Amino acid sequence: MQIALTLNGKEVSAEVRPSLLLSEFLREQLGLTGTHVGCDTSQCGACVVHVDGVSMKSCTMLAVSAAGTAVTTIEGLAQGDVLHPMQQAFHECHGLQCGFCTPGMVMSAIEFAETTPEPTEEKARAWLEGNICRCTGYQNIIDSMLAGAAKMKSTQAGA
Amino acid sequence: MKDFVYHRPSSLDEATGLLAGAEDAKLLAGGMTLLPTMKQRLAMPSDIIDISGLSGLSGITVTADSVEIGAATKHAAVASSAEVQAVIPALAKLAGGIGDPQVRNRGTMGGSVANSDPAADYPAAVLGLGATIVTDRRSIDADSFFTGLFETALEEDEIITKIVFPIPEAAAYVKFPSPASRYALVGVFVAKTKGGLRVAVTGAGPCAFRATDFETALAKEFSPTALAGVTVPADGLNADIHADAEYRAHLVGVTARRAVAEIANGGAA
Ligand SMILES: Cc1cc2nc3c(=O)[nH]c(=O)nc-3n(C[C@H](O)[C@H](O)[C@H](O)COP(=O)(O)OP(=O)(O)OC[C@H]3O[C@@H](n4cnc5c(N)ncnc54)[C@H](O)[C@@H]3O)c2cc1C
Ligand code: FES
Ligand code: FES
Repeated sequence: MQIALTLNGKEVSAEVRPSLLLSEFLREQLGLTGTHVGCDTSQCGACVVHVDGVSMKSCTMLAVSAAGTAVTTIEGLAQGDVLHPMQQAFHECHGLQCGFCTPGMVMSAIEFAETTPEPTEEKARAWLEGNICRCTGYQNIIDSMLAGAAKMKSTQAGA
Repeated sequence: MKDFVYHRPSSLDEATGLLAGAEDAKLLAGGMTLLPTMKQRLAMPSDIIDISGLSGLSGITVTADSVEIGAATKHAAVASSAEVQAVIPALAKLAGGIGDPQVRNRGTMGGSVANSDPAADYPAAVLGLGATIVTDRRSIDADSFFTGLFETALEEDEIITKIVFPIPEAAAYVKFPSPASRYALVGVFVAKTKGGLRVAVTGAGPCAFRATDFETALAKEFSPTALAGVTVPADGLNADIHADAEYRAHLVGVTARRAVAEIANGGAA
């Protein structure tokens, strides 16, 4: 099937088989391997991307269902060498160790920041229900999320 | 995943036609249940009919005495709806406690109710509030909808279009979530409705069911203490690595008392 979508701000069209998952489309067909696949059973959140601005598990969505949408992956966040404020926060707060969960964490954290008017540690912890990390013990991820949310707010206010 | 023919109908009529015409077609809503099932090859449909974007199937309408929710409405939309929070806060809270944010961003009410997973949350609200399930051809009472493990009163090719929830005087949903999946190990929905007191249980049995002994006791006296000594029989309840049947039966009592206390204390309405 022919599909067309906006990917990280660029128009993309491709021929895909209907059973191709969005995660497979991104990684295998387009070579965008920033989106990770940890479990492939909808549990771990390593594969989270944004579809029309909303975070979704790309391993549990068909590529054909993404036709006509705007998809943003971890590769689409930085502006050249300038990291997205949430990426910057993960960097500064040591929000990662091996980094396997990080793309999904960052994509999920951005939606948390966008949809949570007054972020707190408790809200951040509850939000991470669908993102699993085997390394960090979460504390620095929570710190990153809160710092990133504050940065995003001030960037927005400054813009 | 086995290959299939993919359709994205633009109307309900088209979806009904496709469903009736194909050899082994399946509706795809949020895919949060169907796609994992297909990956495991527990389902291998010949055709997939994607109704997730079908206009007219999603949205929330509040009338004087009911809340109507389109079948393709996402859990996140129900959870964050100011209207639902105002008239049936227990329903918004239930939706906000399903899975995780990404599951709520994609999973739909119709998919959850049609699936009748023994551990799903929505069936407790549908049964507890005495909702009506509206399909492409008829209306079905909640009381006759959930018929067994992953079994409902739906025909093979029947499509849920919306669910109509009568607005209760007060209601509360309390779940004891599985720490791993957040599915309900046991969940109890208690509602004071115009038609009387209703207590619906999910997670414990093959499908959602009403705890009629609890209803009788609460109709006499609406307080957690009225439920002292009232139990559901453990016979036939679910038993797995997470909890055996006796433990689930015990949890039904504990969870129901918490829900009653929440209403009695004027917590969630
Ligand atoms: C990690 C994870 C955690 C979860 N945790 C919870 C939880 O805590 N509580 C909970 O309740 N659920 C939970 N779920 C399930 C989730 O709520 C699903 O969204 C829901 O069960 C199915 O909805 P869906 O829209 O994704 O349906 P789909 O997967 O698209 O479809 C499910 C079934 O319903 C049929 N169907 C879909 N729409 C209709 C319709 N309109 N009419 C007739 N049939 C239809 C499909 O053909 C299919 O057979 C979880 C899922 C995941 C992956
Ligand atoms: S790879 Fe998608 S949730 Fe784990
Ligand atoms: S940093 Fe290794 S899994 Fe999270």
